[in-house]
Amino acid sequence: MREWFASVRRGNLGALPAIAGLLVLCTVFTIMRPRFFSAGNFANLFTQGAAVTVIAMGLVFVLLLGEIDLSAGFASGVCAAVLAITLDQQQFPWYASVGIAIATGLVIGLILGFLVAKLNIPSFVVTLAAFLAFQGIVLLIVKDGNIVPVRDEVIVALANKNMPPLLGWIVAGAGVLGYAAIQIVSAVRRRARQATAPSWNVLALRIGALAVLTVTAVYVLNQERSRNALISSLKGVPYVVPLIVVLLIAGTFLLHRTAYGRHLYAVGGNREAARRAGINVDLMRISAFVICSGLAAVGGIIAASRATSVDPNTGGSNVLLYAVGAAVIGGTSLFGGKGRVLDAILGGAVIAVIDNGMGLMGYTSGVKYVVTGTVLLLAASVDALSRKRASTSS
Amino acid sequence: MQAPLLELRGINKSFGPVHVLRDVALTVRAGEVTALVGDNGAGKSTLVKCVGGTHQIDSGEVFYEGNPVQVHSPRDAAQLGIEIVYQDLALCDNLDIVQNMFLGRERKRGWVLDEPEMEALATATLAGLSVKTVSSVRQPVSSLSGGQRQIVAISKAVLWNSKLVILDEPTAALGVAQTAQVLELVRQLADNGLAVVLISHNMNDVFAVSDRIAALYLGQMVAQVKTTDITHAQVVELITSGRSEGLAQ
Repeated sequence: MREWFASVRRGNLGALPAIAGLLVLCTVFTIMRPRFFSAGNFANLFTQGAAVTVIAMGLVFVLLLGEIDLSAGFASGVCAAVLAITLDQQQFPWYASVGIAIATGLVIGLILGFLVAKLNIPSFVVTLAAFLAFQGIVLLIVKDGNIVPVRDEVIVALANKNMPPLLGWIVAGAGVLGYAAIQIVSAVRRRARQATAPSWNVLALRIGALAVLTVTAVYVLNQERSRNALISSLKGVPYVVPLIVVLLIAGTFLLHRTAYGRHLYAVGGNREAARRAGINVDLMRISAFVICSGLAAVGGIIAASRATSVDPNTGGSNVLLYAVGAAVIGGTSLFGGKGRVLDAILGGAVIAVIDNGMGLMGYTSGVKYVVTGTVLLLAASVDALSRKRASTSS
Repeated sequence: MQAPLLELRGINKSFGPVHVLRDVALTVRAGEVTALVGDNGAGKSTLVKCVGGTHQIDSGEVFYEGNPVQVHSPRDAAQLGIEIVYQDLALCDNLDIVQNMFLGRERKRGWVLDEPEMEALATATLAGLSVKTVSSVRQPVSSLSGGQRQIVAISKAVLWNSKLVILDEPTAALGVAQTAQVLELVRQLADNGLAVVLISHNMNDVFAVSDRIAALYLGQMVAQVKTTDITHAQVVELITSGRSEGLAQ
């Protein structure tokens, strides 16, 4: 515990600002509009923020290298359009369409990464060009201004249907137990080799916090949310939630438990050092863009599911900026070398809460944007200040 | 006396019309610190890069552990057990000491990084070199001082069972206390049985830790003598004019 405080004082704030911000925002909105704290609205938050959060998860990989992907929003739009067209006009089964949409994302990432890594064009320029071009491609695919409906049951269920309450409990229980098991086994292994391991208190605190959070969330989401439960029952954990959790676990595992992740941090921290250590820097950069665009495709699928349609604006307007904002608010640095997949979720939650809460209070989009922009600036200042602190304290 | 670990004979290297190394001979023995001195442009860095495989020699012979070898790439050098610690440290600020020491050569269990194993090995390596200045091997490098960073960079070279460690100006940017720590580590490397080549401009450092001094002057090896057989002034004379009165060759 003491080490953690010391590390915070050194400027290593981690998730602290995002969590503090989230608590403050939730408290304020709950006081102003009690409806904010209802089960129905809680479920809304997840489905509203899901697409942006997943795109932000992908962006974390690119931001870790100190690069940027401005095209992630419209890349998700292109993939969503591909999904919708193959479902609606080609009558593909849902898994084929999903496969094609994600493959489209991966190819987009491959092209962007190649241009950045091999031709050495700044990622800002490459992805700005792609931003414009993809906007056009979405228009071309959906044939100017048309709206392509998404009717496939499985795809629609993703963001609009809920897990049966019992299944929700089983998945949540398995998740918490799995987390506890991994943490304890890892700590035991470390202790066996006299390596540094978190104290049992910290471990119990972490597992306990996760358990409380999960049980509360599942309990609230399993409440009846329908205004008229007799006509249509509405309860359970939305299907997007386990999807996001799976992506979080996979991404975190990749970044922190594999050599690939270690090398990604190394390239972001000091590219020359990484090169000298024998790491294929070009390959790392290309792969980060592939992962980013691949996750953008998943985000696009979620967006298409939630809207049950794809139009020329899917993945457009503020999606990209919200996604970058989410990653940065969560604590990922734009300078590279610092960031976690969890940041995307925390930041995504902050943005979803602002969007949702201000909407409930009846503010116009204008005010929402100003507030979101201010929060992003705050987050960036926290990052810059903690960096300064970290560099002066050495 | 045991055979030298590394022996260079008649090394020549030109960059276009510039003849940087002329018939350079150098002998490096295990368990000794060989100081490589010379003015800027004398060819110290070029010589080191030839040994490290960054540059190819034009002509000459390289013997390693008594056998003729050819070093075509840094990878060849690493396989022979030659590690070079460059002046600008190749460390990642955002990673901790263990992560930096194993960068690019991580220990794994299947797909997963074996953190306890790496941490144990890193701790053992630092202990073997009597490094006491770092409090935790899980400290991020950004929180270390210049001297501590240099120590991590040097220890990293040792971790790979290297036999020859070449240090390029390891104390150039350090304060007095930190320089002492790094020099202590340099001496420890040699005492542990490694061959160490120390490139330095600082005569105090050279006389503090080296067993032998090799002086380069305009691409030629003008002297290679035991440190005890030469004075401070004579070394300076060798560096600046390429010869020294009264020095027994």
